[in-house]
Amino acid sequence: MPSAVDRLAVRGAGQLAGRLRDAAAAAFVTLVLALPLVGLRTVDQGGALVLETRWDWVAIGVAAVFVGRLALGLFAHLRLRVPRVVPRVAQGVAMPWLAWAVAGFAVALPFLPFADRYVIDLGTTLLIYVMLGWGLNVVVGLAGLLDLGYVAFYAVGAYAYALLALNFSLSFWICLPLAGLLAALFGIALGFPVLRLRGDYLAIVTLGFGEMVRIILINWQSLTNGPNGLPSIPRPSFFGLPFERAPAEGTTSFHQFFGLDFAPEHRLIFLYLLILALALLTNVFVLRLRRLPLGRAWEALREDEIACRALGINPTNVKLSAFAIGAMLGGFAGAFFATRQGFISPESFTFIESATIVAIVVLGGMGSQIGVVLAAAFLVLLPEIGREFAQFRMLVFGLAMILIMIWRPQGLLGHREPTVRLGRAAAPRP
Amino acid sequence: MEYFLQQLINGVTLGAIYGLIALGYTMVYGIIGMINFAHGEVYMIGAFIAVTAFTALGVAGVTFVPLALAVVLLVAVTFTAAYGWTVERVAYRPLRGAPRLAPLISAIGMSIFLQNYVQLLQGARVKPLAPVIRGGFELLHANQFSVQLSYIQCFIILATVVLIAVFTLMIARTPLGRAQRACEQDRTMAALLGVDVDRTISLTFVIGAALAAVAGVMVTMYYGVVDFFIGFQAGLKAFTAAVLGGIGSLPGAMLGGLLIGLVEAFYSAYFSIEYKDVAAFSILVLVLVFRPSGLLGRPEVEKV
Repeated sequence: MPSAVDRLAVRGAGQLAGRLRDAAAAAFVTLVLALPLVGLRTVDQGGALVLETRWDWVAIGVAAVFVGRLALGLFAHLRLRVPRVVPRVAQGVAMPWLAWAVAGFAVALPFLPFADRYVIDLGTTLLIYVMLGWGLNVVVGLAGLLDLGYVAFYAVGAYAYALLALNFSLSFWICLPLAGLLAALFGIALGFPVLRLRGDYLAIVTLGFGEMVRIILINWQSLTNGPNGLPSIPRPSFFGLPFERAPAEGTTSFHQFFGLDFAPEHRLIFLYLLILALALLTNVFVLRLRRLPLGRAWEALREDEIACRALGINPTNVKLSAFAIGAMLGGFAGAFFATRQGFISPESFTFIESATIVAIVVLGGMGSQIGVVLAAAFLVLLPEIGREFAQFRMLVFGLAMILIMIWRPQGLLGHREPTVRLGRAAAPRP
Repeated sequence: MEYFLQQLINGVTLGAIYGLIALGYTMVYGIIGMINFAHGEVYMIGAFIAVTAFTALGVAGVTFVPLALAVVLLVAVTFTAAYGWTVERVAYRPLRGAPRLAPLISAIGMSIFLQNYVQLLQGARVKPLAPVIRGGFELLHANQFSVQLSYIQCFIILATVVLIAVFTLMIARTPLGRAQRACEQDRTMAALLGVDVDRTISLTFVIGAALAAVAGVMVTMYYGVVDFFIGFQAGLKAFTAAVLGGIGSLPGAMLGGLLIGLVEAFYSAYFSIEYKDVAAFSILVLVLVFRPSGLLGRPEVEKV
């Protein structure tokens, strides 16, 4: 009678054979996939195409997939036996300390010793995406409307600021609300006809709208200067004090006013703190909105539209408000983007931007504010880390999106808890 | 009048290509209810494989056009179908039953990945291909304007008609088509009745990719240039076509493709070529506002 150990060994051998077959199948698929695109390469030589072969690459790829698949299989096999003792990340637990810690760190960042120009600049980019993520979170995470053209509102905000500042020389602080307002109006104008549509129809229409805005920006030469973009957009001033080494006659610049030595970092730090303030304001605004009847209606609508109708909520108006508010926040971010870059062109508002923002919201776990921060940090920092491999940046970016979704389909901090719940009755009063 | 006729021919050709790609979108949407964002890239891969195959045949010295065409179609369809299968297997199958947006993000990731994959491997520059089929019929000649129907346009329109016929028969008559229709109606019930749902979904992706590959071969021959970015624009148009026709409806996808092709051709001929994409999307918005389920789609009743 075979002992238990023998039986296990036999089963193990059988499983090994299965794993080998599985790995061989994966290797074969890789071979088929790699043959036409990796193995052969067409090169343009004087207008005619010639073929180059790279069979060694194919061989390496196939071998790598075979070994990798086998290792993965064996690893999964081993892991089955080892009881998992890793504590699961507490899900759905509000983590106020984490939010405060992140916010505190963000405020302190520019004054930390390691914060050079690069770090502050990166932080500013990150915060733009955080703000966009929070704006889109209203639309996608709270109201449950899939918007694949969010970049359109970002573009409207940026161009609104740029054009107002260039043509009417209005200051940043006047343009900012105007840009937000204009973006919100765009949101309403777009949303009004299409918000009756179901989810995926809405997705494609918004995607089309995003493309339309970009095409118009490219072709409306007289207004937007077409593909060449708008240069020399005015920079914001510190409440009227410009950040310049030699200010114009009759004005005082920031460093003169405060008696500091001129440093180009001042403007960077100011921009960083400005977007931080805008982002935090957005966060507070959204968190407060969620407690209003309007915010509750968004979440209710996301969960069940029919029930909402039965309760007398007008779905179109509620959706429209989510769309408009999301668009407004995107417009603010766009205005900031324009003033920070000093130059905008339609190149900055492609579908990839929309996809990145949607990915930030979904990766973060829809509706989770701190999740957006984590996901934005991941997606913005990932390409930066891989700077030496610049050409592989987007390749890895796409791959990471797939892998994270497979790993955590509900997002990093996904939880779908209603903001309001019927709790235990309040303690009886004495 | 002659100008109009010429634009009609151009529009129908373009529409046939969009329609073939749109079929892939609409089939996948019908069966698993997701937007296969990477479908445009699969079409782009089909076009690249076609370029490679044409070049290889040129090296091998095959000059008989029908033979070359048959070989290229076979090669492109086979390898592109493999890509379609793999995309589903890697990016979508693990996400079955996940929240609705998860497969969409995964699909966008796959689309970005494939675009850069091809760009890295085949280079970012446009690939020019010498015309494979030259010449055409001259249908009309009046007022110094001749209406041309090139052989390549003939081929595209005829091939599309044949493919649609085969495809329709397959959906209506074969066991695979029956399984697909069953999965479309109710996946759980189909599984209970012995339909291998995973296999059916895989085959749906394979067929969609094969149709996209044919479209890729056609575009390669029609325009003579291919680059790694063509998938996005074409995918967007084709998806618009699928939605326009009523997503999930196969005749709708063809009709939508045809309409988008015609709108594009006529708008760029009579108004402005820069805004042709804007025109296509505007039509889409208009149709959806007045017929929210598309032209041939069944209105969906939402149940509690």
